[in-house]
Amino acid sequence: METKSIMIVGVGGQGSLLASKLLGRLLLTRGYDIKVSEVHGMSQRGGSVVTYVRYGDKVYSPVIDKGQADCIVSFELLEAARWTEYLKPGGKIIVNTQQINPMPVIIGAAEYPGDLVEKMQSTGIDVDAFDALSLAEQAGSPKAVNIVLMGHLSRNFDFTEEEWLTALEQSVAPKFLEMNKKAFTLGRNA
Amino acid sequence: MKQLMLGNEAVARGLYEAGCMFVSSYPGTPSTEITEAIAKYPEVYAEWAPNEKVAMEAAFGASLAGRRSFCGMKHVGLNVAADPLFTISYTGVNAGMVIGVADDAGMHSSQNEQDSRYYAKSAKIPMLEPSDSAEAIAYAKAAYDISEKFDTPVLLKMCTRVSHSQSVVETGERVEQLKEYQKDIAKYVMMPGNAKKRHPVVEARTAALVDFAENTELNRVEEGWDHKMGIITSSTSYQYVKEVLGDRYPVMKLGMIWPMPDEKIRVFAASVETLVIVEELEGFIESHCRDLGLACVGKSNFSNIGELMPLDVAKQLSTPWETGVKLEENIPPRPPVMCAGCPHRGLFYTLKKNKLTVLGDIGCYTLGAVAPLGAVDSVICMGASVSGLHGFSKSQNGAMDNRTVAVIGDSTFIHSGITGLVNMAYNESNATVIIVDNSITGMTGHQQNPTTGFNLKGDPCTKIDLETLCRAVGIRRVRVVDPYDLAQCDAAIKEELSANEPSVIISRRPCALLKYVKHKAPLTVDTEKCVGCKACMKIGCPAVSIVNGRAKVDATQCVGCGVCQQLCKFGALKEV
Repeated sequence: METKSIMIVGVGGQGSLLASKLLGRLLLTRGYDIKVSEVHGMSQRGGSVVTYVRYGDKVYSPVIDKGQADCIVSFELLEAARWTEYLKPGGKIIVNTQQINPMPVIIGAAEYPGDLVEKMQSTGIDVDAFDALSLAEQAGSPKAVNIVLMGHLSRNFDFTEEEWLTALEQSVAPKFLEMNKKAFTLGRNA
Repeated sequence: MKQLMLGNEAVARGLYEAGCMFVSSYPGTPSTEITEAIAKYPEVYAEWAPNEKVAMEAAFGASLAGRRSFCGMKHVGLNVAADPLFTISYTGVNAGMVIGVADDAGMHSSQNEQDSRYYAKSAKIPMLEPSDSAEAIAYAKAAYDISEKFDTPVLLKMCTRVSHSQSVVETGERVEQLKEYQKDIAKYVMMPGNAKKRHPVVEARTAALVDFAENTELNRVEEGWDHKMGIITSSTSYQYVKEVLGDRYPVMKLGMIWPMPDEKIRVFAASVETLVIVEELEGFIESHCRDLGLACVGKSNFSNIGELMPLDVAKQLSTPWETGVKLEENIPPRPPVMCAGCPHRGLFYTLKKNKLTVLGDIGCYTLGAVAPLGAVDSVICMGASVSGLHGFSKSQNGAMDNRTVAVIGDSTFIHSGITGLVNMAYNESNATVIIVDNSITGMTGHQQNPTTGFNLKGDPCTKIDLETLCRAVGIRRVRVVDPYDLAQCDAAIKEELSANEPSVIISRRPCALLKYVKHKAPLTVDTEKCVGCKACMKIGCPAVSIVNGRAKVDATQCVGCGVCQQLCKFGALKEV
């Protein structure tokens, strides 16, 4: 199988590491070769973060370069717009429409651009935008936004919901499992 | 069983399987998780040392005693440990000793992007360089065999993408082998008479290692069908070459990056029309090839700045590559910021308000330099704030003393701030050092340190008392402030700057991200009282913004620290 590439982008602190852990664990059950590349350290502090997940028969590069991503899952709207160049022609962006202002916007040195979903769509990109934050809150915590998005991403894979939930069980602490299961299902059906 | 493992965890697994008994490290991105992971194996003693020099010397002591040992650090940490490194090369080891060093090309979390491979060449120590997690396990084990066979410490070089990428591994069993301690003055006491005899031993060892490099499976040639070009590469660069070019050209992958297999390289070069070297940062392999008299393409085409990426390889080796659509839009950058509730924020606000010159240091608090605070004037390396402050103060005969401070974190102060403070006390500079004590090593992801009262394994242990320590080195004026209390910070800083002797202010409050820290409810804005003056915006808190001309608090981020509240003259920011 040709290598598939998924990018998870967002803001440091939004839980992209857990999302990639879940995805990695699931893909491993099918015996794929997998590479997951993460960001640690300084750049995690509220900065723009990106995680790369790649799988196939044989995966070489742990990172995804411009034009290589089959799918980008963005935890935040501006971050989706930042990374479009990394999408493969015909690729898809799943985007949480939540907006988190970066510091230059907060202090008035820059503006948060408007109509980003429409602007992305106008370039021909397949954009799947929805409000994952509301669904996370509905599940019980705004922090479950990562799992809502994984639930939504799951529609693009041929894994059963059960397989996903088993991987989820292995990835989250028991006391948050029910909430995360709910978040996953809400995202999957959104 | 196959499993996904982070590169750094894989190094730890390799150390474990190789029977490593002793680990001493100082945290530093991207190396930190090696030591955190090894600490989970009960058979291995593991600790955080106060700095990399101590870690390396401790690891040497364990090797001398007959136990396989390891010390881990980031690239700049190896500078700190360079002193023992060069001489342990002379003494060699008893039980195997491996030194892990992780480079950070692209400076994801570092102050420079130096290339550690030069240390191997310069200190005459073999260096292995894995390119994924499976190799990280295998090479860590191979490193111990090489160490004991050739009587040398071995450098295991990681980089951000290998350290922080998960890939598939299979694990093996642990095998322990202990050695007896044997007194050997000629080998281990490096006074001139003995060291002179050891240097030729080191040279002979390198020659033997070159022979080893010729035959080891660590260095392999992968055949290609097109010999117009042949590529020598290593580490992630190897992965990018294979990603972009597949099996087209022959590739020599060096797993042992020093010393290099001269004859093997010559034979490879002769088998291809053009020799291309693909490597991250400096032209290390390239220079060696040129020393061998081989013509090659290297840094003339590939940059020595920043991370090498697959697209760079594609561009330089004329491989077609289609990129995606770039949005014609001004996308504002999203730089890292101090977290909401970060105890450093109130302190840096006070420093800025007083228009002070601030010599900064390495840690989360380096972010005090970012807008809107912009309150840091210099950051060089661990400890440089305190020693730099002394020079800044003394050279101006005290003219700047009431306007200049050093800011250094608790862990960084223990690492290498203490000696600078000793210098200030001993040579009597009249300046003020602020220790920002957030009770943890924050930036690398919450590691314990000698001031926290807990060790690497999480057990309670001796807690170094910063106040007592500062007094013991000769500083009489030592006081503690709460950085959430702006008025208290302001008064303390003014008083200490005007005092006629050196002083230390400890700005103490635990990191807001620590699990045991209890947060207050998020603040709310009374929109009737808010006049939109933006005073609350001066602290650069990510939870506070102005929406429709009024302050707005993001309840998902705010931890109720109350710093913004103290800036509001209209009482518009309220507790629920």
